[in-house]
Amino acid sequence: MKLKTFRKGGIHPAPSKLTSGMPIVEIGVSSEIRLELAESIGVPARCIVKPGQSVSAGEMIAEAAAFVSAPVHSPVAGTVKRIEKLRDPQGFWREAVVIATEHIETAVDEAEEALSPRTQDEVDALTPKEIIDIVGNAGVVGLGGATFPTRVKLSIPEGKKAEVVILNGAECEPFLTCDEVLMCGYPDRIVAGCRLIMKAVGVDRAIIGIEANKPQAIAAFRRLLKGCDDISVQPLKMKYPQGGEKQLIYALTGKEVPEGGLPVDAGAVVDNVATAYAVYDAIYNRKPLTQRVVTVTGPHLKKPGNYLVKIGTTISSIIEAAGGLPEDTGKVIAGGPMMGKAMSRLDAPTTKAISGILVLPESMSKRRSEEPCIRCAKCVSVCPMGLEPYQMMNLSIAKRFEDITKLHVMSCLECGSCSYVCPSHRPLLDYIRYAKQEIRKMPKK
Amino acid sequence: MGVISTTILVIGGIGVLAAIVLYFVAKKFYVYENPKIAEIEELLPGANCGGCGMSGCHAFAKACAETDSLDGFNCTGAGKDIMEKISVIVGLEAKAGIRRVAVMKCNGGCSERQIVNNYDGVTSCAMEGALYQGETDCNYGCLGRGDCVASCIFDALHIDSESGIAVVDHEKCVGCGKCVKTCPRGLLELVPVIDDKPIVWVTCMNHDKGALAMKECTISCIGCGKCKRVCEHGAVDVEDFVAHINPELCVGCGECEAACPRGSITHIGDLIPTKKEAES
Repeated sequence: MKLKTFRKGGIHPAPSKLTSGMPIVEIGVSSEIRLELAESIGVPARCIVKPGQSVSAGEMIAEAAAFVSAPVHSPVAGTVKRIEKLRDPQGFWREAVVIATEHIETAVDEAEEALSPRTQDEVDALTPKEIIDIVGNAGVVGLGGATFPTRVKLSIPEGKKAEVVILNGAECEPFLTCDEVLMCGYPDRIVAGCRLIMKAVGVDRAIIGIEANKPQAIAAFRRLLKGCDDISVQPLKMKYPQGGEKQLIYALTGKEVPEGGLPVDAGAVVDNVATAYAVYDAIYNRKPLTQRVVTVTGPHLKKPGNYLVKIGTTISSIIEAAGGLPEDTGKVIAGGPMMGKAMSRLDAPTTKAISGILVLPESMSKRRSEEPCIRCAKCVSVCPMGLEPYQMMNLSIAKRFEDITKLHVMSCLECGSCSYVCPSHRPLLDYIRYAKQEIRKMPKK
Repeated sequence: MGVISTTILVIGGIGVLAAIVLYFVAKKFYVYENPKIAEIEELLPGANCGGCGMSGCHAFAKACAETDSLDGFNCTGAGKDIMEKISVIVGLEAKAGIRRVAVMKCNGGCSERQIVNNYDGVTSCAMEGALYQGETDCNYGCLGRGDCVASCIFDALHIDSESGIAVVDHEKCVGCGKCVKTCPRGLLELVPVIDDKPIVWVTCMNHDKGALAMKECTISCIGCGKCKRVCEHGAVDVEDFVAHINPELCVGCGECEAACPRGSITHIGDLIPTKKEAES
């Protein structure tokens, strides 16, 4: 059978899924939790606690400050120590709340006890609006990496209609396996979350797209969904970036999202499988999003694995739990090797966006020297959006940002395929990211 | 004979014909241009630096030739003498424009600011500053990738090989302001050069609170305000944990530099002794 995939471009990096099939291991709570207020894209949350105030596990510490904004909750019981500026992994200053954990040993159990789960009847009685509100108040954001507030995604703009919910289980990034273990371990909860999303957006059809290199996950869903005709499982061809929102919609429905449009313009609502799990947790267990599965991996790491991490735990302590930094470490990357960004400091806390911590040895992380463009057009042929990366890089060097907008640079999903294939090792994506930042700063006409 | 002479006749004939056509076309489309423009342009440096505020040297020459008053006209690259020559050409009085030079408001080299990580991306301050925050803990200081050096057409900037940060050659600087626009961290500032008065300025832009700024760099401004207290002329302002010296009010006594506990004030030129010093 021919597997479904997207139409244009794409590459085949080595999967390198070292942690595939490894169980989810919980990391102990650290004595200090530091929560960034900008946990989602859009406006950072507004802090509602004061230093010295004690907070319980799951208590909201910052509320949504705008429509595109998500609240932040404390993963532990403790005392707010201070509200300060701290550096994120790239070194930028971010507002954050620092919480000192009480009873490190029992913090988690207490939190579990305090919440009485909703019964199936109670869940069935929820209206779509109530589901969206609960999900919004639980601070659920897209866990694929873009951290788009799920509440916004589920609130379909007036005049538009969703036809299908798509769950993104492609996980096309090499090395990352956090979604895979979640799909193999808790397919029932993901399906329950998926049904809630379907109810919230008012559709009766859902597709779970999974790359064919995860047969166990596909089998797990197939077993569970036997006899159900509302949700189907669709194996996808192994091709990067299969998990890009627009690529996935095309692969599964054959529809294209117009430029600058939302997935709902193509009748689709796309959520990551981990997000569906978070929706399940928020509705059934009344648990806000305070933890996530993070793949900690690397060829020379002692104990690579899939770790359940409290948001706000320091990155260095997570690496410590995975056996510590190997001596020959060249780079530590937040996310996967394709889209992830190198971290310039490890004392920063994790955020909801960080799905993987990749520790690369020096031999694998060196950038090769940049050579002149030979106009081979490889970058053009692999671009999944049909853009011209070489041209955008040239214009970015010349700082001709207005001209780059004409080349539809804002459609770039920053997948990095162009930099990956360039035989001259040109840092195409760096220049494109820089141009996108400058364009966002320009006054809107 | 045949081929060669025919060729000469044909090519020559075309040449003569084209010359006649061109002569009449040139007459027909002749545009009168003030001869003063060419005369002035001859005097200008021709660097098209834009320091005068116009698009280039020709635009400046044209504006000079057409204006009624030379007020506000100042070629930063050419200097006073040239402006006087221009005033003779156009028959107007030129007011001496103030010469300005760029000063670098970061002095934290490798030995002062500890390097905490290695950046191996594109060699560009704008890119490094936009995608990462530089190799040191200071989020405000010189990144040392030389965007300003590339922008300077007068060779007045270079990256110091020892400290790794940009240094202005005040002799060569004409104050066109290109580097000021280029630096993504806004570390360069144009200050007026008034006669022999020395230029005193703060070599730090770190807006972090004192304790943090101290950790980030050994010569960072911590906003303690000592300089403000010792200044008798009200030239120093401390805002957002950084001191700034107003060059208009500064008399160049250097009291603030002596008072600074962090060594983040510096000067060029000879300091003017204060009254107290003069008496003693």
